[in-house]
Amino acid sequence: MSVPKKGFQLLASVCALVALVVSLACNPGGGAGGPGGTVSLHGAGATFPNPLYQKWLSEYEKLQPNIRIDYQSIGSGGGVKQLKEQTIDFGASDPPMKDEDLKSAPGEILHIPTVLGAVVVTYNLSGVNQTLKFSPDVVADIFLGKIKKWNDPRIAADNAGVTLPANDITVVHRSDGSGTSAVFTDYLSKVSAEWKEKVGSGTSPSWPVGLGGKGNEGVTGQVKATPNTIGYVELAYAIQNKLPVAHVKNAAGNFIEPSIDSVTAAAAASAANTPEDLRVSITNAAGAQVYPIASYTYVLVYKDQKDAAKGKAIVDFLWWAIHDGENYAKPLLYAPLPADIVRRAEVKINSVTSGGKPLRSS
Amino acid sequence: MSAVPQNERFHSNRTPSTWRRVLSPTGNTGDAIFRVLMFLVALLMVGIVVAMVIALSADSLLSIRQFGFAFLRSQQWDPVKGEFGALPFIYGTVASSLIALLISVPFSLGIAIFLVEQAPHYISRPVGFLVELLAAIPSVVYGLWGIFVLAPFLRNYIEPALASVLGWLPLFKGTITGIGLLTGGIILAIMVTPIISAVVRDVLAAVPGSQREAALALGATKWEMIRVVLVNGAPGIAGAVILGLGRALGETMAVTMVIGNRPQISLSLFEPSYTIASAIANEFTEATGDLYLSALVELGLILFLVTFVVNGIARVLVWNVTRKTGGVGRAA
Repeated sequence: MSVPKKGFQLLASVCALVALVVSLACNPGGGAGGPGGTVSLHGAGATFPNPLYQKWLSEYEKLQPNIRIDYQSIGSGGGVKQLKEQTIDFGASDPPMKDEDLKSAPGEILHIPTVLGAVVVTYNLSGVNQTLKFSPDVVADIFLGKIKKWNDPRIAADNAGVTLPANDITVVHRSDGSGTSAVFTDYLSKVSAEWKEKVGSGTSPSWPVGLGGKGNEGVTGQVKATPNTIGYVELAYAIQNKLPVAHVKNAAGNFIEPSIDSVTAAAAASAANTPEDLRVSITNAAGAQVYPIASYTYVLVYKDQKDAAKGKAIVDFLWWAIHDGENYAKPLLYAPLPADIVRRAEVKINSVTSGGKPLRSS
Repeated sequence: MSAVPQNERFHSNRTPSTWRRVLSPTGNTGDAIFRVLMFLVALLMVGIVVAMVIALSADSLLSIRQFGFAFLRSQQWDPVKGEFGALPFIYGTVASSLIALLISVPFSLGIAIFLVEQAPHYISRPVGFLVELLAAIPSVVYGLWGIFVLAPFLRNYIEPALASVLGWLPLFKGTITGIGLLTGGIILAIMVTPIISAVVRDVLAAVPGSQREAALALGATKWEMIRVVLVNGAPGIAGAVILGLGRALGETMAVTMVIGNRPQISLSLFEPSYTIASAIANEFTEATGDLYLSALVELGLILFLVTFVVNGIARVLVWNVTRKTGGVGRAA
C-alpha cells in the first residue's frame, strides 16, 4: 500500500502547487496602495524613445523610491492598443493617434510630447568621399524607383563636384512596421504629390522598390554590406554607428545637416502653428536652419484618471520628465523639446484630473 | 476515454467499485493516477492546438469577412490603403522551404551515411558533435552571419556565376544584390541540415547490423549494402525531412534578415521575397487599425494551414514509399 500512498501524496502536493500558482496569478497585484504606499505604473509603446525612457525610469526611481514605473517597448501600435484596452497606465507613440482611434477610446486621451527624433538618409557609394546632398523631390523619386542610376542628372545637380558612378541604385527600407517609416513617408507625402497618391504615409507602406531590412540595424546592415544602396535610419542610430548621412534641402531651400540642434529648431519653428492638442507633424517645417525630416514622440495618458494615487504619480513623473528629464536627452542623442512646447505640455499635464479634481496642483 | 472501458472488461470481476475499475484496470491506485495524469497531459496538447485554431479564426474574422477567399488570391499588401492579400507570402514561404530542402536533403543524407557507414570512430564522434552543435545556434546569429558573410559571398561569387551560366533561365535573371529568395533558401538549408542529418544518422544506426551482414554475404558491394540500409530506413529518413521542413516553414528571424522582405511573386531567385512568419514578426508590433491586425492574424492562420497541408502531403508520400519498399527491405 505504500506505493499508492506516495502517489496520493504526490498528487496532493501537485494540487497544492497548482492551487498556489492559480491563486497568485488571480491576485490583482500591482495596483495602487501596495505595501508601504508604493505606487506601480505600467507603460508600453514606442520603441524609438525606449533607451531614454529607461534612463528616466531609473533616475526617477532614485528620486521617488515609492513609485515603481516600468515601460515595455512593444511598438507604437501596441502602445495605443493597450492604452485603449486600459491594460496599461500610460502609452507611448511616435505618430500622434488618429482621430478615429481617439474617438473609439473609452476616455479623452492627452498627447504629451517628450522628445524629438529625426530620420536621416544614409547611403553606401564606393569612391565617393564627399557628403551627398539631396533635394526633396530627388529623395522621393529615388524611393519611387523613378531615379534608377547614381549618376542621374538630378542627383548630380545637387552635388556639383562629386563624381557619381553609373551604377544602379538599390533602395533599402524598413520591413518592420515602424515610426521611422511613418515619419519618412509623411515627409515624402508632403514633398511629392506622386508619393502621396501612389504610396501615402504609414508605419508599413507598400514600398514601390527596394529591399526590406528589419529594424535600424537591418537597414544599416544591408546598406553597409551592399554597394550602391540608399536607405533611411533614425538620427541617433546613424550618429552612434557613424554612418554617412546626407544633407537634405529644407523648405527654405538650404541643405541642412541632420543634428540634434537642427531637429529642435524644426520643433521651435513650427511651434506657432502647433494645434492645441499638440498632435502635429513637423516634417518639412519652415525655417532657415530646420532639418525637414523630424517628429515628436508622445506619452499618451487619459485626461481623467480612475485612480487618484496612480494619476498623481503619472503627472508628477511627466512633469519631471519634460523639465529635469530633458537634460538626459542630448547625451542619448534625442533632441530636447523647445521651451515653447515645454510650456504647452505643462498646460496639458496640469489638465489631468481624477474625479473632477486636478491632480497636479493638489 | 474510449480505450478505458475496453481494458476494463478484462478485469471486471476483480475489483468491486465501478469508478475504481474505470480508473485502474490492474487494481493499483498509483497506476490509475498515472494513467489519468498522462491522459490529461495528452489531452492538454490537443486542447492547445484546438484553442489556437479557434483563437486565430476568431481574431481574423474581420479580415475573413472583408476579403473572403480573395485574401488567398490577391497579391496586394498595402496597409496604408487597407488592401491585404496573402499570396506573395504563401509563395515565399513554400518556395524558400523547398529550396532549403532541395539543397539540404542530399547533404544531410551524405553526412549521415558517412558518419554511420564509413567514418572511423575518432572522426564520426567529433563530426557528429559539431553537426549537432550547429542545430543549437540561435537563428538570429544565422541571420547576422547571413547579412554580413553569406549575402556578400553570394553577391560577389555565386550569383554572378549562376547568372552567366544559367542566365537564360528566368530563375536566374534580375539585379544581383545578394539578398533575396535564393539567400533565404540557402540560409534555411544551412539551418535544417543539422536537424535532418542528426535524425537520419540515428535512423541509419538503428538499422540492424544483420541487414548489412546479409547484404555483404550475398556479394553486395559497399554501395549496394548502403542502398539496402537506406531503403530500410526510408520511413525514418522521411520523418527527418518532415522535421526539417517544419523548421524551415516556421523559421522567422534568419530568413527575415536575408530574404529582402518584399511581398511579390517573381520567378527569379535573385529577387526579394517574403515569408508568412517574417511578415507577422515584422509588422505585428506596429500594426495600427483593426483590419490590419486581423489580416496579420489571418496570415498566422494560413501558416498553420500551410504547415498542416505540407506535412499531410509529406506523410502521404512517406506512407506510399514505405508501402512500396517495405517488401524490398524485407527481401534484403
